[in-house]
Amino acid sequence: MLELDKLVALIQTFLSDNIQIEWLVKLIEYVLIGVCFLALYAVLALILILLERKICAYFQCRLGPTRVGPWGLIQPIADMVKILLKEIIRIDKTDKILFKVAPFIVIMGSFCTFGALQFGKGVGGVDFNVGLFYMIAISSLGVVGILLAGWASNNKYTLIGAMRSGAQLVSYELSAGIALLTMVVLSGSLQLSDIIEGQAKAWYIFQAPIPALIAFVIYLIAGHAETNRGPFDLPEAESELTAGYHTEYSGIQFGFFYLAEYLNMFIIAAIATMVFLGGYQPFQINADWAEGFNNIMAYIPTWAWFFGKVFGLVLLSLWVRWTFPRLRIDQLLKLEWKILMPISLVNLLFMTVWVLIFD
Amino acid sequence: MDLFSANNIIFFLLATIILVFGFLSVTTTKILRAATYLFFVLFAIAGLYLFLSYEFLAAVQLSVYAGGIVVLFVFAILLVKNLGEETEKVSFQKKLVGGIAAFAGVVVTLITAFNYGFILNETADEAVESVNMQAVGNALMGVEKYQYLLPFEASSILLLACIIGSVVVAQKNKEEKR
Repeated sequence: MLELDKLVALIQTFLSDNIQIEWLVKLIEYVLIGVCFLALYAVLALILILLERKICAYFQCRLGPTRVGPWGLIQPIADMVKILLKEIIRIDKTDKILFKVAPFIVIMGSFCTFGALQFGKGVGGVDFNVGLFYMIAISSLGVVGILLAGWASNNKYTLIGAMRSGAQLVSYELSAGIALLTMVVLSGSLQLSDIIEGQAKAWYIFQAPIPALIAFVIYLIAGHAETNRGPFDLPEAESELTAGYHTEYSGIQFGFFYLAEYLNMFIIAAIATMVFLGGYQPFQINADWAEGFNNIMAYIPTWAWFFGKVFGLVLLSLWVRWTFPRLRIDQLLKLEWKILMPISLVNLLFMTVWVLIFD
Repeated sequence: MDLFSANNIIFFLLATIILVFGFLSVTTTKILRAATYLFFVLFAIAGLYLFLSYEFLAAVQLSVYAGGIVVLFVFAILLVKNLGEETEKVSFQKKLVGGIAAFAGVVVTLITAFNYGFILNETADEAVESVNMQAVGNALMGVEKYQYLLPFEASSILLLACIIGSVVVAQKNKEEKR
């Protein structure tokens, strides 16, 4: 019906029919894909920013943006124009090269992860046979950019923010990675399309309810910590560090950090969706009497399922962010190393036993 | 073979990045910049692996070197060094020894590379089959020929020993301070 994979195939055949040179077809395809991903990246950022402001307002009994457009819907576009027009302030006594490079490293790590997502059946950027491992690997590059930004700014607040952020990201990466590995044990594949196809009958969270649920909760907590938000926003901690590692940045350089932060929230939700909640697979009940229900569910396009689930998880993340108070640094590290990490290691073993017994 | 084929362009682009940033990382006087240039070198090497359709090695390169080792370097520099301090001036003797060592390394590499006898693959332009993850897993965890369970376990014991050792060392320092 409304599937996007036919549109993709249509564009591909149109290009190869009309242009005879093979490498030109490929080049045009790659450029088109790149432009699509960049546009999606930007548009999602705008949607997420509006969502954040509206939901934050709701939690604080305010109205949020209302002036620009109906219900303030055009507000993020106005914000975008403003941030593009702002001056990029040059600061003396910073390490000029590293100061300029740092935002690019942060957004590169975020965008490279974004490129490996599967948005719908047959709609996605790259689909490596080590897809999940690639995502874990490349999403850890952002921390280099954050550390460099904090150091290059030559400012106490940014340095403290960067060190906190580094400690936090490096620690929480571990339990997030182990939680994902737990699901790899169940799926038997690292390729994202394989993982999602394996959930056609039932999502993994229903296939192995106990260990998958534990891994899901651990991944949500650890992933949320990796985005530097919510109760884990020590690196920014506006009341003590002004703005953490990006204090000295302005204009679009700050915009890069801002964009990467919001999109990381989306990416964490998307990975959780793909690995635990079936990605673009519709909700199916594996029983004879539910055939009609299954058909209705399968009628909804796959990309709608994907974005629906992802935005559900994003809402959960916003809810957490505006509900819990900030952790102290020792509580933060204790939570990871003394609680989440041992649980996720035992859970990995539990999942292995589960798979050996039930499969 | 066409000099300006897509393969050649991508390869020379990556090779230039590796060489330029590799050179910069040893010549710069600021230590954190050196770490950053090293990060780009490692990143471009991961690009080379991807270019060879060896995605597993590329992901390992990214997570172990670019995401792990460089982060460790940067952390260590931020914790230990005085901020903004430049590296010491290298004495002539050190430069000489370093130069000789580098030259010897180049000679050894070139001799091996030229004596290896690469087989020219005429079908290289076509898509190369990427290495199956199952094959990698079997090779690491098997006990038959060309399978490497023993080295794998030995290296994991070595790592465990390192972790315990670092904990012990860290504890000792704490007691001395008291």
